[in-house]
Amino acid sequence: MEAFIIYITVFVLAIFVGFEVITKVPPTLHTPLMSGANAISGITVVGALVAAGAKESTLAAVLGCAAVIMATINVVGGFLVTNRMLLMFKKKK
Amino acid sequence: MRISLINIVYLIASVCFILGLKGLASPRTAPRGNLIGALGMLLAVVATLLDQQIVTFQLIIIGLVVGGALGTYLALTVEMTAMPQMVAAFNGFGGGASALVAATALLAPGSLSNVPPTQLYVATAASGLIGAATFTGSMVAWGKLQGVLRWQPKSDSLQKTINGTLFLASLALGTLVVINPTGVWAYWLLVAVSSVLGVMLTVPIGGADMPVVIALLNSYSGLAACATGFVLGNNVLIIAGSLVGASGLILTSIMCKAMNRSLTNVLFGTLGPTAETASADEVYGGKVKSASAEEAAMIFETARLVIIVPGYGMAVAQAQHSVRDLANLLQEKGVEIRYAIHPVAGRMPGHMNVLLAEADVPYDQLFALEDINDSFPEADVALVIGANDVVNPSAREDKSSPIYGMPIMDVDKAQTVMIIKRSLSPGFAGIPNPLFAAPNALMLYGDGKEMVRELIAALREQ
Repeated sequence: MEAFIIYITVFVLAIFVGFEVITKVPPTLHTPLMSGANAISGITVVGALVAAGAKESTLAAVLGCAAVIMATINVVGGFLVTNRMLLMFKKKK
Repeated sequence: MRISLINIVYLIASVCFILGLKGLASPRTAPRGNLIGALGMLLAVVATLLDQQIVTFQLIIIGLVVGGALGTYLALTVEMTAMPQMVAAFNGFGGGASALVAATALLAPGSLSNVPPTQLYVATAASGLIGAATFTGSMVAWGKLQGVLRWQPKSDSLQKTINGTLFLASLALGTLVVINPTGVWAYWLLVAVSSVLGVMLTVPIGGADMPVVIALLNSYSGLAACATGFVLGNNVLIIAGSLVGASGLILTSIMCKAMNRSLTNVLFGTLGPTAETASADEVYGGKVKSASAEEAAMIFETARLVIIVPGYGMAVAQAQHSVRDLANLLQEKGVEIRYAIHPVAGRMPGHMNVLLAEADVPYDQLFALEDINDSFPEADVALVIGANDVVNPSAREDKSSPIYGMPIMDVDKAQTVMIIKRSLSPGFAGIPNPLFAAPNALMLYGDGKEMVRELIAALREQ
């Protein structure tokens, strides 16, 4: 129970931090914000790596491997495309 | 001791994510912010790979190589106009991955995570429900935006009943997962039902409402990661997931406000003409004036301030580069150019800004609705291209209009309004636009790109 309270605390505080930070993003950058946030949500790759590498059962490993593929597309694709877009937002010389 | 070391790295990664999003507060700091976020991700992945829980690397290497190659390919080749469907697909992958990770935790309880059982099973059920619905919902959104899925049933009461039943069924199955966690079948059934729910919720939604749906799915992919964080007892997942969840919710609410509709109305309601809506003949009857490119060019010639109002139609006509050429030409002639961007001008939040940035329009010429609306009375010309409902003055004046109350661009207050459009056909809301019949309005009939090119040619001749 004690552990659960700690996780919930982290969750609630992170939501507040999220609202504070995101409301300062100008509308011009909302698309890069979405793709960038999308890449961050690929953090689930961390769980997928453990699942694919823990050698529990074949089924778990295969599911883990599928999860690694999906999450890696999300992470790699998300950060790259965000970078590509942000480089377009340059001031004209 | 190793556990605490990995947790410290996860903490650093979380800080990187927050700093990365903070960097997006300005286009100047944004590229660096994105890099910091990516660095945080790299740290988290490396730390996890060095963890003693991982004993075999074959599948991991396969997964990283395949996923990395696909992600790189998609990110580097996607057209900016196709960005909404790509973000939708990525949202789906994130949600799907979270649901799969939660499944593995259920298959091997105790080895992947050491959180209290109740937390493990409740969070697993939540992750399965949200993750699976996000995956299928995102795939439907992708199909619609890509144009491969044209099926769009009307959102009627039967559909609402089905959705309600599916939702209750997934809640019941979720409860079953918690009560009887050894029966993994309940989890898979939950995933199946939630997958159908994801499809049913997304399929009735039309193209112009997609910005809301993508923002919402973005939020769900974050919440799914968050739930998986509770499954694994991993703070970096909880923090990162919450940040994304918050971001998606904020964008959803911005989009809904921009259309003056509630989220429920976007998801379940319908938008269209009512019996009270004036017919096109009543609104336009003999009052619409059109002009040729030459006549329009003469008006531009004497202008000091021109505000360009692009809509999604401009992107469909691939006219953004021509529009930029026109703007550059006018600037050479000493005209001040501003772009007025309505929040729902594209197919996802901020989409229009990216399309214009790609066409080398400097971002300091892009203005948001609330920042530009007071400038229209000073403008000599408001040039509307590919936009309709967002410049419809009925939203301001006609209480019986289905779009009444929606924030619009006050282009009718400019000296002259020019509207580039193929015909007088209605926009997404299906209603006529009195702007076209206003005394200061001129219709420039034609394809967006061709008409802009004609304008450029006419201006060069003068």
